[in-house]
Amino acid sequence: MKSLKPSKRAIPFLTLALSLLIVVALGTTQALAAWKPTRPIEFVIMAGKGGGADRIARLMQKIVTQNKWSPQPLVPINKKGGSGAEAMLYLLSKKGNPHVILVTLNSFFTTPALRKLPVNYTKLTPVYRLAMDTFLLWVNTKSGIKNMDDFVKAVKAKKGKWTMGGTGKMQEDQLVTNMLMQAYGLKGMITYVPFRGGGTVAKNLAGGHVDSTVNNPSEGLPHYPGKMKPIAALTPERIPAFKEVPTFKELGQPQLVYFMQRSINAPGGIPKDALAWYTDLFNKLCNSKEWKDYTSKKALNRACLSGAPLGKFFADEDVKHKKLLMGMGLLKN
Amino acid sequence: MEILGNLFYGLGIALSPQNLLMALFGVVLGVAIGAMPGLGSVNGVAILLPITFAVPPTSAIIFLAAIYYGAMYGGAISSITLNIPGASTAVATTFDGYPLARRGKAADALVTAAVASFIGGTLSIVLFTFFAPPLAEFALRFGPPEEFAVVLLAYATFAGLGGESPLKTIIATMLGLLMSTVGTDIVSGSPRLIFGGITGFYHGINFLVLAIGIYGVGEIFYTLEEGFKTKERYQAKLGVQETISTLKNLTKCAPTIARGSLLGFFVGMLPAAGATPASFMSYSIAKRFAKNPEEFGKGALEGVAAPECANNAASTGSMLPMLTLGIPGSPTTAVMLGALFVWGLVPGPRLFVENAEFVWGLTGSLYIANTMAVIVAIFAVPIFIWMLRMPMTILAPIILVVCAVGGFSPTQDMFDVYLMFIFGAVGYIFRKLDYPLAPMVLALVLGGLTERTFRQSMIMSHGDPGIFFDFAGHPIAAVLMMVSVVLFVLPIVPMIFRFRVSRAGTSA
Repeated sequence: MKSLKPSKRAIPFLTLALSLLIVVALGTTQALAAWKPTRPIEFVIMAGKGGGADRIARLMQKIVTQNKWSPQPLVPINKKGGSGAEAMLYLLSKKGNPHVILVTLNSFFTTPALRKLPVNYTKLTPVYRLAMDTFLLWVNTKSGIKNMDDFVKAVKAKKGKWTMGGTGKMQEDQLVTNMLMQAYGLKGMITYVPFRGGGTVAKNLAGGHVDSTVNNPSEGLPHYPGKMKPIAALTPERIPAFKEVPTFKELGQPQLVYFMQRSINAPGGIPKDALAWYTDLFNKLCNSKEWKDYTSKKALNRACLSGAPLGKFFADEDVKHKKLLMGMGLLKN
Repeated sequence: MEILGNLFYGLGIALSPQNLLMALFGVVLGVAIGAMPGLGSVNGVAILLPITFAVPPTSAIIFLAAIYYGAMYGGAISSITLNIPGASTAVATTFDGYPLARRGKAADALVTAAVASFIGGTLSIVLFTFFAPPLAEFALRFGPPEEFAVVLLAYATFAGLGGESPLKTIIATMLGLLMSTVGTDIVSGSPRLIFGGITGFYHGINFLVLAIGIYGVGEIFYTLEEGFKTKERYQAKLGVQETISTLKNLTKCAPTIARGSLLGFFVGMLPAAGATPASFMSYSIAKRFAKNPEEFGKGALEGVAAPECANNAASTGSMLPMLTLGIPGSPTTAVMLGALFVWGLVPGPRLFVENAEFVWGLTGSLYIANTMAVIVAIFAVPIFIWMLRMPMTILAPIILVVCAVGGFSPTQDMFDVYLMFIFGAVGYIFRKLDYPLAPMVLALVLGGLTERTFRQSMIMSHGDPGIFFDFAGHPIAAVLMMVSVVLFVLPIVPMIFRFRVSRAGTSA
């Protein structure tokens, strides 16, 4: 047993070797990040299982897992209650906890404003924006509508009975619908029918149960070009996957531009090192081949953004959404 | 026959060693997950999804579909043996499965459940194989008014099954509907009935929390009252002979299984409805057609066969709109649809052409997974019978722990666990007072869908209820509504008749 005990002379040598090792090890890890998750990361989704936000979250989980970018697993948790209120209140209650992150939609801005929640984007830590989802105006192919002029004529001919399908009330789709009505003088002529998810909305247009929708490209694709026809895009430039579809800007309505942001937020007051680790993680993800493939296939705009510019983006979007809601008379100053 | 060629191509893919192994692995896991109350196929598929990232999409979907299938078999196990539905789809199985188990016929019930599931599953896979594209066209014709009509039909088939007192049935149903309104307003998105902002109410009252509470926890309270005097609750036996005699008895259930399978497939195929209403409807229809309706609820084998064949048929049916339209027919297929997107596949008619290997590999594997599942489920029967023979003093704490896990897992919120125990107490009191529990559970399951489709229809028609009876515009809805009305009126007619007779009797 004695032989296992280091002799007195060996101690200084061992200490030196050990400290050298530590210095080397620290040097390499510090170059990456000083903080690393030590528990599984709760990946909160502010929508139900199977919806658009859920799909994106699970795709991110796949990319991170396959590339072994995180020493701890990302565990998706759906908190769909109250149009995202449940998820945001949950993050508020996890203040300072770096093992919780949130995938957001635009209800990230509208829900706190409409519901007067004790939480909004300023109470959370912005981490990363990965993409901006785009919107198109769709009709059923059987309607024979070819362009925006046909559309406006058809709506007017229905004398207030035209229906527009969308997801949830006072959320993205209804904001877009309202922008359309204002731009084309169709106020009061379109009835908005809320459904549970974008896929269901598209199905109801394909089956002829509603007259039009403002689906994201990925939601319309299963029925395109057989049953659904895109009329115009709410983007500044044409969507590469729908080259033949004009933008509203080309049609003389430059204000008709709307995006759905896909971002990551953490609870307020998390350690700086943790934020750095997440920023690095999602930066790798956003620039990965898998993410590039997915965004181009689904006609999303890949839009990597972090740090101070992301904070400014959130602030701008917040103002924009409040204005939209005020324009609809849903929010008072 | 082009389809037969495709099918053999698919079977070839499914029979490759890797895919066979994935299917077997999935089925075994699925049976176990289904038997665990609260886990169910939705959570099982969501939790195990990351495992599939390492294999190609075809193997991955085979694995997930096998879990879905296995869970349908497994769900029956805890329903029958413990009176705790393993999943929402297996609630109707408790109605007759548990009474059978208490009479020492757990093995009969389990074997019946497995065989009925197999037949239901296989029949609907055949329909799936040969008619997927035209059936998808048919499913597209279902908008909000049609969906509402189907839901109403589910209530209608269930009316009159509650028990002795219609008033108590109505009260139980209304309570269920009331609970379904807690959470988020479906149309406006505002929170409602959250009692001043209790966060646990934001996501609504989860159906499994109620079901596990009133059936599982309630059952424990009931047993507590009886005391632990009885050492063995069941005199269950299982041998080769018993199995054979059960199989012979099953021929009696053949018409029930045939009806339930067809019904299950069609209801499962409709977006949003899924396997749970299918199993309830199949149970009630079986009772209506039965020669021995008085035995239902007390331990009729048909009462086990009916929901089990329907929920398996519906699970296959619900994959149809997922693949052809990108619309999930059930919560589990919603997660699977998410997986499809993760793999970079776009559902729709083009999937059948561009990703033939994926679609036909999946179809082929359904036949194989279904066969595997029936074998695994039957082999598992002795294990569960052995478990039932444990003394209650050991079994009861285990059941309570399992219930708590089951209450927690759907929403991952401790609030729901407390709520579940409250429901346990409520369930106990209700049983003491002879209130039927099933209508309450059914109302909570269907309440959200009922409200949503009704309000969507009314918005579409600008407030005109005529939309439901518009034979020109919505023929499917109108016909279904008529059938529902007839079914609602039917049980009242003899009641009025009896009332008159008794009045005549007393006045004379």
